[in-house]
Amino acid sequence: MSHTDRDQRIGDVMLDMQNISLSFGGVKALTDISFNVREHEIRAIIGPNGAGKSSMLNVINGVYTPQQGTIEFQGRRFSRMNPRRAAEMGIARTFQNLALFKGMSVLDNIMTGRNLRMKCGLFAQALRLGPAEREEIRHREFVENIIDFLEIQAHRKTPVGRLPYGLQKRVDLGRALAMEPRLLLLDEPMAGMNIEEKQDMSRFILDVNDEFGTTIVLIEHDMGVVMDISDRVVVLDYGKKIGDGTPGEVRTNEDVIRAYLGVEGSAAPANDAVAQAGGARDGASPVSASTTTR
Amino acid sequence: MAHSTPASAGTPAALDTFPALLLAHASARGSRPAMREKDLGIWQTLTWSQVADHVRLAANGLAALGIGPGMHVAVIGENRPRLYMAMMAAQCLGAIPVPLYQDAVAQEMVYVLQDAEVGVAVVEDQEQVDKMLEVRGQCPALRHVVYDDPRGLRHYADPMLRSYEQLEEAGREHAQRHPGFFDAAVAAVQPHDPAAMFYTSGTTGKPKGVVLTHHALIDRARAVAEMEKLTDREDVLAYLPPAWIGQNMFSYTQLLVSGFTVNHPESPDTVAIDMRDIGPTYYFAPPRVLEGLLTHVMIRMEDAGYLKRKLFHACMNLARRVGARILDGKSVGAWDRLRYALGNVLVYGPLRNALGMSRVRVAYTAGEAIGPDLFVFYRSIGINLKQLYGSTETSVFVCVQPDGQVRDDTVGPPVAGVDIRVAGNGEILVKSPGLFKEYYRNPQATAEARSEDGWFHTGDAGYLDTDGQLKIIDRAKDVGKLADGSLFAPKYIENKLKFFPHIKEAVAFGAGRDRVCAFINIDLEAVGNWAERRGLPYAGYTDLAGKDEVYQLIGECVEKVNADLAADPKLSASQVSRFLILHKELDPDDDELTRTRKVRRAFIAQKYGVLVEALFSDRPTQFIETEVKFEDGRVGKISADLKIRSARTFPAITARAA
Repeated sequence: MSHTDRDQRIGDVMLDMQNISLSFGGVKALTDISFNVREHEIRAIIGPNGAGKSSMLNVINGVYTPQQGTIEFQGRRFSRMNPRRAAEMGIARTFQNLALFKGMSVLDNIMTGRNLRMKCGLFAQALRLGPAEREEIRHREFVENIIDFLEIQAHRKTPVGRLPYGLQKRVDLGRALAMEPRLLLLDEPMAGMNIEEKQDMSRFILDVNDEFGTTIVLIEHDMGVVMDISDRVVVLDYGKKIGDGTPGEVRTNEDVIRAYLGVEGSAAPANDAVAQAGGARDGASPVSASTTTR
Repeated sequence: MAHSTPASAGTPAALDTFPALLLAHASARGSRPAMREKDLGIWQTLTWSQVADHVRLAANGLAALGIGPGMHVAVIGENRPRLYMAMMAAQCLGAIPVPLYQDAVAQEMVYVLQDAEVGVAVVEDQEQVDKMLEVRGQCPALRHVVYDDPRGLRHYADPMLRSYEQLEEAGREHAQRHPGFFDAAVAAVQPHDPAAMFYTSGTTGKPKGVVLTHHALIDRARAVAEMEKLTDREDVLAYLPPAWIGQNMFSYTQLLVSGFTVNHPESPDTVAIDMRDIGPTYYFAPPRVLEGLLTHVMIRMEDAGYLKRKLFHACMNLARRVGARILDGKSVGAWDRLRYALGNVLVYGPLRNALGMSRVRVAYTAGEAIGPDLFVFYRSIGINLKQLYGSTETSVFVCVQPDGQVRDDTVGPPVAGVDIRVAGNGEILVKSPGLFKEYYRNPQATAEARSEDGWFHTGDAGYLDTDGQLKIIDRAKDVGKLADGSLFAPKYIENKLKFFPHIKEAVAFGAGRDRVCAFINIDLEAVGNWAERRGLPYAGYTDLAGKDEVYQLIGECVEKVNADLAADPKLSASQVSRFLILHKELDPDDDELTRTRKVRRAFIAQKYGVLVEALFSDRPTQFIETEVKFEDGRVGKISADLKIRSARTFPAITARAA
């Protein structure tokens, strides 16, 4: 898909974070950060370790409550989210360290993502009463579509704990998709993956965005991936926003280069410095541009 | 209802084209399942009457795209019901489906698309659509591409593309405008018209399009259906590339001839699971698939508890001794039968179930030589695995082993209707109703492959054994003669050696010489493991290969092969008298093997000339220095003093108990 194609799809502001500050005791995790996310876009949050990326994600879906600032999601303003409300409003997330039920099958794990949408009571489900059974079939069909989409049919009945890490990440994504989210938060979707797995995951993220029109906010260390698949990038460092813009703009931003290399920007060979630095810090090489763009 | 009528018995001879067969099944067993496909985790069934309806629409749709008699329609993808129905639809119009290998890259498809002047391609998904768009400039004849799975194609606006639904929709309109069109088109198809074209992989030169007629394909399928008593109750799992004649015969031609059910797996990764779901009754697998399954079982057994492992091995020992005999209906003592029955309850039955082979009535293997241990394993646990011989040009079935006459080193007697002759140079010649019509637009190649009196030159060397079974020994061009004039088939010997897990590669020499000698490559993993269990230290491949203990081990393997060869009336002179273990592994990077890991015998003989000479002299050792390319492209040298050992040979056993 060409970039012009995608630019046309991107709509109005969907999520607006205004002057968010968050601290734990004396530690300031986030300081006065504002940025927005537009409908249908892929928005990346990057930054060195401890920059506050995960905290930012946790603020968005209500795990942390910021001391200052407001969150505007689809025209409604909140000074605080909570996870339940976030989920009900269509915000789903995946986790950096995976939070799957290891002993349960892939199918059941993804089924848990349908939890909020199940209307029948425990009693009706246990006895498989008519409406409960029909509901189960409907949800199962939805989950099967996700399994098909993520190409994990062969592992449908496999306990998640027995799968390789890259596939577990895919199941985690599947569970988030089962919530039919409007906004999908991905916390380091490619951490610990090899190049091939990263390419697969990049493709799935682009496909989710394309096929379902889901808006995506992702945190990622691998600069190659970020620059390839994101529409816009926010850069954080020590809890402050130091850059915001398209991958091209961020790449040439002096502050960003300085934060990543720890030296004066003029000393660094400007252009690809960020990409190299990001890769080096994770001990992984960036995915080359040609592999993830289609 | 005709449900219980076996298909082979009830079909009148007039049904000699694929469209006629399809319509006959739709009326005789319209509500029986013809195809199943697992979609979203559930097996979805298409009955024969549904299939016929869909084919009618698709045929009209293809006609609307300008397809008519004699034109070629490319079909590219995995086994999918819609692709199968597209092939049927093309045949209904008198057009010729050309299945292509779905994993070929776009440029490999160009030649076929050009050669066959393909106007319409029916493809599986985005991957194949992308290939078609890539090569359209080189293939001006290609006007339309129809795709089955729309995923990822939403943004494709190219006017040459349309979905399968759109094809059927166009067909519906076409049918309304021309109501009698379909039936007239079907009636015009003649048995001796081309029914399908398969491109041979072409190890040398350009691929050749093998044209097969309705009559040829159907005749062969019918002969085997009668021989194996196939009915419309068989279940088949289609999991190999449909562009390969073997899969096409089993899941397409035989589907239409016998009227059974073909099942399409959910994805290539799920074949093992789908196999257990379906429990096919009629099964086909090349040796590498069977080997993969066996390895999987063995690894799982190694992880099992002590008692289970003991039980498994005890039962397998018994099975190896009596299992195949019981399957063949030969006499076995009552005590052994009882124990086998117990083993069946405890081990063999559950094992067959785990393999998805509980219901297999007839299983075939073909394509390459199968190791005797592998073959016997499946037969001993009660799976009726048999060998067959054939090629694209012969509509597969030339020889098939009948029940009760199964051997691991032959491919069976000729199927009804086939004549076999062995030419002076050992090449097998075949005359059969299933022979191909021609190589497409290549009369020269056709004339070379088929003599004027109708004998097809298979290119394989072999002979008819005493009990009338065909034995394949090698490619005809590789077969030579020893100095005394007896037959020398290097690949046959090499295969026998390679069936031992300790031997990875072997190269036999002997053409024009007075005896046969061989180079051996040990399997580093297997022999390394063996050495570790014996507490034998080694530094690497070269060191391990030079150990006396290893020579001893390999020597025993060679002698077993010799004992085997001694029992063979034609090949007893080919026993390996001296061998050496090479100091380096043969490698495609050094041009010693092809990329598909076939030994390049002539090149090796030249490169290691000194070693060959040493083998045929009486020297006990030979020094050699070889240049090797490492994986990073550097070049280095390996040198070694190679030991050469003699192996015991056996006197030929001429009189043989039948």
